[in-house]
Amino acid sequence: MFNYTFRWNQAFNALPRLLEGALVTLEIALLSMLIGIVIAILLTGFRLSGNALLSAIARTWVEVARNTPALFQIYMAHFGLGAFGIHLSPYTSLLAGIAFNNAGYLAENFRGALKAIPDTQTRSARSLGMPAIQAFRLIVMPQMLRIAFLPATNQMVWAILMTSLGVTVGMNTDLAGITQELNARSFRTFEFFAMAAVIYYLIAKAVTLAARALAWRMFRY
Amino acid sequence: MFDTALTWNDMAFLAQGAWMTLMVTAVAVVAGTVMGIVFGVLRYQAGPYWSLPLTFVLDIFRSVPLLIQLVLGNAFQSIARLGWDPFTTSCVILSLYTAAYCTEIVRGGIEAVPPTTRRAARSLGMTWRQDMMHIVAPLATRVSLPAWIGLTLGVLKDSSLVLWLGLIELLRASQILVTRLQEPLFILLICGAIYFLISFPIARLGGYLEKRWSPND
Repeated sequence: MFNYTFRWNQAFNALPRLLEGALVTLEIALLSMLIGIVIAILLTGFRLSGNALLSAIARTWVEVARNTPALFQIYMAHFGLGAFGIHLSPYTSLLAGIAFNNAGYLAENFRGALKAIPDTQTRSARSLGMPAIQAFRLIVMPQMLRIAFLPATNQMVWAILMTSLGVTVGMNTDLAGITQELNARSFRTFEFFAMAAVIYYLIAKAVTLAARALAWRMFRY
Repeated sequence: MFDTALTWNDMAFLAQGAWMTLMVTAVAVVAGTVMGIVFGVLRYQAGPYWSLPLTFVLDIFRSVPLLIQLVLGNAFQSIARLGWDPFTTSCVILSLYTAAYCTEIVRGGIEAVPPTTRRAARSLGMTWRQDMMHIVAPLATRVSLPAWIGLTLGVLKDSSLVLWLGLIELLRASQILVTRLQEPLFILLICGAIYFLISFPIARLGGYLEKRWSPND
């Protein structure tokens, strides 16, 4: 059946380079997550503000981010923005695309989490004499974070997996990009990509475990 | 921007691409759901300990980027001399990917059925099969349909990755047009609008069902 000689030593020799790529992957995922969270909080604020224009902007962002492929969003950043004379490097367009996507999904998470907190919580905080800001910061926010944390963890894993799409716009420093470059040189597709798959799997698991440990530290009563 | 070289022929080309996207999605969702139901029931029946190998394998499909899975699948089919065309390869990988997620949804649905209800069914003399078909299936469907619609949407969007195997689906079609006409923004906007038109109504349906069918209200 297999008329093919596997050469795993080539893949093992490339391991240091692949791990360097894994660092870049992690870096992009983390950055996109941070940017995404900031924008998502802004969008949630827009939606709650009651201003028709701001809330329309937030709704459009969320719907577009959630109803088009992530790859399309990265293409949009890479090729689409060229029409405005903005030419982004693969790294920047990948980051922009994923951050856009993250922001949309996270905004929806935050909104859901805010909805899940009963109004009475705010009201009782206010009736105890807390100013609105304090009530939000000390009563609503911790509960919101607790509810939104798990979905946000999932989003982080998604962000890591999405970074592999960078290779389609010519990204060659992240894990998928380096794998593809090595593959183009040696045509050992299966070996290199299997190695990359293992690394992606380990990163995803490590992030999930770290998030679980973090949640246990932060959110226990 | 409105002064474009895009002709109706090109629009037909895009429509063909959209059709390909829908085909891949349909095959993957149907096959993936069937596998997902089988695996989900298996996982539930086997219990957490004995289903560990299955859980592990399915977890791999959820923790490795789909793009890498597609490349690996394609490399594997050429190593094993299966002689699959890109369409078959894409459908197989996407189906497995869908099945991995669907298994969790199915398992969640089955677990949401109260054990007392099932025991009542069994004590009325129903067989395991009858219990599954007439008691668990309707109740579990109700719980897991919104999530399943979300999964379908996800597969629709993720099917754009099959362009890496050379399949001309919607995004690849628009990329070809961009290369030829050099109007990236306009063509990509059309492409995005098509994706949006396909998935937004489904998303709305999912949201509606979630509201309508959520238990206890």
